[in-house]
Amino acid sequence: MPSFVQYLIRTLFPHDVLRPTELGADVMILATGVIIVYYLTKQKKWLYLWNEWLTTVDHKKIAVMYLIAAVAMLFRGGVDALMLRTNLALPTTPVISDLEYNQVFTTHGTIMIFFMAMPFIFALFNAVVPLMIGARDVAFPRLNAMSFWLFAFGALLLNISFVIGGSPDAGWTAYPPYTGLLFNPGPGENYYFLSLLIAGIGTTMTGVNFLVTTLRMRAPGMTLMKMPMFIWATMATSALILFAFPPLTVALAMSLFDRLFGSSFFTLAHGGLPMMYVNLFWLFGHPEVYIVVLPPFGIFSEVVATFSRKALFGYSVMVVSIISIMFLAYGTWVHHFFTMGAGPAVNAFFGLSTMLIAIPTGVKIFNWIFTMWGGRIRLTTAMLYQLAFIPTFVIGGATGILLATVPADYQLHNTYFLIAHFHNVLIGGTLFGLLSGMYYWWPKMFGHKLNERQGQWAFWLYFIGFWVTFGPQYLLGLKGMTRRIYTYPLGFGWHELNVISTVGAFIMGAGFVVMVYNVVWSLKYGEKDLTGDPWDGRTLEWALPSPVPEYNFARIPVVTARDAWWDMKQKGQTLANSLRPEDMRTIELPKNTPVPFLLGLAFFVVGFGMTFQWWVIVAFGAAGVVASLVYSAFDYDEHKHVGAEVIRRTEAALGRLQG
Amino acid sequence: MSLPVAEENLEQHLPLEFSDEKESIKITGFWMFLVTDVLIFGSLFSSYAVYRSAFAQGPTPNQLFTFGPVILETLLLLTSSFTIGLAIYAMRKQNKKALMAWLVVTLLLGAGFVTSEVHDFVGYVASGATWHQSGFLSAFFFLVGTHGAHVTFGILWAVTLLIQVARRGLTPITARKLFTFSLYWHFLDIVWIFIFTFVYLNGKIV
Ligand code: HEM
Ligand SMILES: [Cu+2]
Repeated sequence: MPSFVQYLIRTLFPHDVLRPTELGADVMILATGVIIVYYLTKQKKWLYLWNEWLTTVDHKKIAVMYLIAAVAMLFRGGVDALMLRTNLALPTTPVISDLEYNQVFTTHGTIMIFFMAMPFIFALFNAVVPLMIGARDVAFPRLNAMSFWLFAFGALLLNISFVIGGSPDAGWTAYPPYTGLLFNPGPGENYYFLSLLIAGIGTTMTGVNFLVTTLRMRAPGMTLMKMPMFIWATMATSALILFAFPPLTVALAMSLFDRLFGSSFFTLAHGGLPMMYVNLFWLFGHPEVYIVVLPPFGIFSEVVATFSRKALFGYSVMVVSIISIMFLAYGTWVHHFFTMGAGPAVNAFFGLSTMLIAIPTGVKIFNWIFTMWGGRIRLTTAMLYQLAFIPTFVIGGATGILLATVPADYQLHNTYFLIAHFHNVLIGGTLFGLLSGMYYWWPKMFGHKLNERQGQWAFWLYFIGFWVTFGPQYLLGLKGMTRRIYTYPLGFGWHELNVISTVGAFIMGAGFVVMVYNVVWSLKYGEKDLTGDPWDGRTLEWALPSPVPEYNFARIPVVTARDAWWDMKQKGQTLANSLRPEDMRTIELPKNTPVPFLLGLAFFVVGFGMTFQWWVIVAFGAAGVVASLVYSAFDYDEHKHVGAEVIRRTEAALGRLQG
Repeated sequence: MSLPVAEENLEQHLPLEFSDEKESIKITGFWMFLVTDVLIFGSLFSSYAVYRSAFAQGPTPNQLFTFGPVILETLLLLTSSFTIGLAIYAMRKQNKKALMAWLVVTLLLGAGFVTSEVHDFVGYVASGATWHQSGFLSAFFFLVGTHGAHVTFGILWAVTLLIQVARRGLTPITARKLFTFSLYWHFLDIVWIFIFTFVYLNGKIV
């Protein structure tokens, strides 16, 4: 064999991607790939895939792609979690080694935060924000597609590390010196930094896009104080993204430069300052936890109003509390490293500022409860998640307050108590919220409901599984079990609780299986949504047929009240019963383009080349990036027109035209 | 019983770049992008402040910097901020020729700035002051280099704009692109003033 090929094989397939788990994954990936290619070829769907999906700029289709990616990543992150939990239930016979354990907890955390929670949120933003504000698309449809493809190729880059070259293993927080070249040679951490940089550009652009969309694209009459609460949440989240992602970008770039280009930011020699990374990371990291929890707050505000058949209680107070959470989120980051020892004054300040956030959060909890008070509650799956969320999140917040008490944190920091805290808020808050939103808006996205009985099964498995998993972890933390250990001695009284926790994790796994079954079953047999308003909703997206036609609104309505659609229904003035054929106009829509996909691909090539420091490949990728940008700079053909006649026919076929 | 609906397009009397609703929204978007860039530079400046005295074995700012080229760079960039202003003024007057001329001047001034800066950097590295030497040098090169990279990108962007204006003349779209470019360019100028003050002046004096 020529030495070149040997070099390639050694670099791309070192020992740690040749373990049974990885080889098993290789087989699965190959098999799935073959099945997909076979199916696409047999059904002659390649062109359809390209025309309808890969080049689309329609926010509704981008939403579907985000959702598929998020659920796939939930699967990958979930499998990681089960591997971790299995090991901890069997301390005397570890299934995976210490080194592999490090990799698995790293990819678990990274994937769940950046490649599951974020795209899930963007899926729901894309699916409903333009509909809720009465717009035809987001402010920048092409940029939106670019964001998606940067995210998707970033996710791909991180995911292939598992089978090509080796995974990152320094935790989702990637602190130096664990990530330093000295202690961590190999491509793993390069994958981490590059994939997050690429996806991060996409996320930042999404923040810009949705901030401008909610600021500038609202239907006439929809003043700020008439916006649905989910739109407020979108706005606040986008603003948080704008301010939080740049410090992350800088921190990641510095770490990458240290590894690839020999700078001395976080090295132990040459005056490097590792704590600077920790500061920059959490300057992003704490706002990030609110980036992933504000959208669920928005979702719950819609769900609770709809299923209680009441307007949201205390709307303006809700607005004020969302905004104060947004500001407070920037003033608390040091609570992630009280043990750095910045001194009593600094720690006391950040302890207090952290506790302050509990106030607006508590206000929101009370408002949701008062919305339900005296309402006619319907216990749908979406609503069940809401009901489960309230006590779960309250407990998560309360344990957060415990952690914000500095002396207590010196004991609890980086124990399982911390792990239980943040899963409590991330699963009980973020995941439950996103699933609630998925069940709630599914009919709007796909034109049919998800089966309720199966959905409720999945819900109970998740909910019970959650508490069985994380309840014991609080106790483990109090008993001194630290995070990120792959095994432990038996004498500490940790074993039983760990076994219970692992059982819980598998219950949640069962919940995931039922949920996927629920989705697949409903694709085929789910109850069709013929009215477009299956839940008797309150906001504008329910004014449209399900699934929504490409142009969204045949005519943009003028909004006069807060729950716009509810108000129209009360007055009998809906779009469906008031538009006549002669009201139709020609509409301008954004046109498909391959540039976003190609741009993402080019970035992927750059990232992959840099990971292995193959500069020729990097140069190719960079040329692709420049070419895509230049091409789109000179492309003035961004729009297409849909004639009034086409719209007339479409609306008539949907039974939405008078006369 | 019928619902009031919005008109599709409203006529407005605004500068060319704001006259089309879509283009005007893009300008808002560009401001938001600038916010993220402010945060990037904010993070870089605060890092620089922290690394300011992490010299390790490397040189101190006082030993490293020479004022001559820095003053020249400052003059070039500040002047270019003025000429891009003139270019936009010409655009508002619908004077395509003057606009293009001032844009070319801006671009050349920018190129002069980058050349001088690259020359500085090469000199530092030749004298052994690479960013491997110390945390201070890493932070210095990262901060100033990011600004330089922005200027370089701006020059390439301006070239594509020149071609577009030459081909298409002044339309709401080209006007919007030129206007956002001018925002970008002024922004880089402001960042440079901070670099000049906090990195060079401060480094020489303290
Ligand atoms: C009242 C609300 C909250 C308070 C007072 C609070 C407080 C804290 C404190 C003090 C820590 C650091 C503990 C340590 O490292 O020793 C922490 C960690 C964490 N919290 Fe919270 N928190 C709150 C809400 C949330 C929410 C809503 C989320 C996410 C949705 C969240 C996610 C996290 C995460 C991910 C970590 C640690 C991550 C890591 O170290 O890997 N927290 N929280
Ligand atoms: Cu935090």
